[in-house]
Amino acid sequence: MAIDSTTVRHIARLARLAIAEGELATVAVELGRLLELADRLAAADVAGIEPLAHPHDQALGWRSDAVTETDHADALLALAGEARGGFYLVPKVIE
Amino acid sequence: MSSSIAQQAQALRARATSAVELARRALEAARANEALNALITRADATALAAAERADAALARGAAAPLCGIPFVHKDIFCTNGIRTTCGSRMLEGFVPPYDATVVERLAGAGAVTIGKANMDEFAMGSSNENSHFGPVRNPWDAARVPGGSSGGSAAAVAAGIVPFATGTDTGGSIRQPAAFCGITGLKPTYGRVSRWGMIAFASSLDCGGVLARSAEDCAHVLAAIAGHDPRDATSMQRPVDDYVASLSTALHGLRIGVAREYFGAGVEDGVGSAVREALAQLEKRGAVLVDISLPHAQLAIPAYYVIAPSEASSNLARYDGVRFGHRCADPASLEDLYSRSRSEGFGAEVKRRILIGTYALSAGYYDAYYLRAQRVRRLIANDFAEAFKHVDLIAGPTAPTVAFKLGEKSSDPLAMYAADVNTVAVNLAGLPAISVPAGFSAGLPVGLQLIAPAFAEARLLAAAHEFQQLTDWHQRTPGGAQ
Repeated sequence: MAIDSTTVRHIARLARLAIAEGELATVAVELGRLLELADRLAAADVAGIEPLAHPHDQALGWRSDAVTETDHADALLALAGEARGGFYLVPKVIE
Repeated sequence: MSSSIAQQAQALRARATSAVELARRALEAARANEALNALITRADATALAAAERADAALARGAAAPLCGIPFVHKDIFCTNGIRTTCGSRMLEGFVPPYDATVVERLAGAGAVTIGKANMDEFAMGSSNENSHFGPVRNPWDAARVPGGSSGGSAAAVAAGIVPFATGTDTGGSIRQPAAFCGITGLKPTYGRVSRWGMIAFASSLDCGGVLARSAEDCAHVLAAIAGHDPRDATSMQRPVDDYVASLSTALHGLRIGVAREYFGAGVEDGVGSAVREALAQLEKRGAVLVDISLPHAQLAIPAYYVIAPSEASSNLARYDGVRFGHRCADPASLEDLYSRSRSEGFGAEVKRRILIGTYALSAGYYDAYYLRAQRVRRLIANDFAEAFKHVDLIAGPTAPTVAFKLGEKSSDPLAMYAADVNTVAVNLAGLPAISVPAGFSAGLPVGLQLIAPAFAEARLLAAAHEFQQLTDWHQRTPGGAQ
């Protein structure tokens, strides 16, 4: 399936990836080729076939409602680009 | 040149060597082989400290089989205090505050990590050319790729730096590099090995496993890492077989299905004939070869390349520049922080897969691509279930070609994806499979893939072990016979 620059811009926005205007057309061609591969799925007769999400059709098990995690806040915050006073910092969101 | 796990374990118990000496030799071999670029990080100090603890355990006489054996972890497993990059600029400076379950279990068994192995970025690739830390070279021919994504793990074992390495397999990432590097690679059943602390790519396909010199060595490592983990809800609550004791099970009467689709048009003549010769040897030994068909095999690549990128686009949303990983300088806004951090941190192939996965999951396309791929996934799993009513194992070439040249396929994603044609279906169905050395084509190693029903790793390892009693392909090394 062919894909245009507008669609690439939309998908990139959803994926939070910045693509330069000059690269949009190239990326569109590349993604179009990958979609041609995906379009081969159209040949399959899937009428009445349930989607398979987990290889063993396994439902997730329950575990007891008990606290198992200890407090790692400092170790985890230390990994952040910016943190202060027990909070992650991001650019100001509300004007 | 490192010997096998069994040989090193015996030498340790005979006091002919020590864990510290083995660790030193492995670290030296890693330095001597730096041109292969198999390791991203060497962990000299922690390796020697772990080796000293292993020597103390060995002296007490209470040591597990892997105690004191040096190895490398694929850099996708989180290691407490040791940088874990996943082959990405995004995690170039990431030092995890915890160990993955696989890491914890191997450390508990006394095995000694000497470092972290190079890999395709976020395990996305079939040649190891997608690593932010540069490509890995194949020890058999430095102009060729080692396969991927566990390329550093495979090269480290093939070059004799260590007797085994951990790896992960989402679409063939253990088996294909094992085939390209002339070693043995085991992908267990989905859910047999905990994924906790293993950096996620496609969660319904990702599977931790092992690359080693033989099926016997794989059995020792699987015994250490297999089993339920309450921290991974997809790890299965069922008993772990005694893989080592089961190795002596005889092949006689074992029905091996030869899938005609696995010998299709893309398979090189030299690869096909080496694998057919290997199957003839198994037949002579008493195995029964049965022609079978997996009718939806040709849909495995399209289904995989919709499902895996879709799951990746969701999993990799966590890299937002806020909590960990690369953060861009001077973000103008929150949106700018997200998109610039991600664009700077991810490489080309990772971005390509995130975009295609986002597209497949987006409104208007979800049914046509993602849901349809999941329905085809069931057809593929049904093919295997049907085949396993008639046979005990399924065989074919692991990869259609031998190791290709660096740069040969890196500019054409579709040509690269075709390298996975015989491996991805196994992940879609969640089955265990092993690649064992089965000869050479044009001087380069060929891998035989054996596939078993879910949780039949013991059968798989026993068959591979018996094949390795009949042949010496697994003892060949780039430097000559061992």
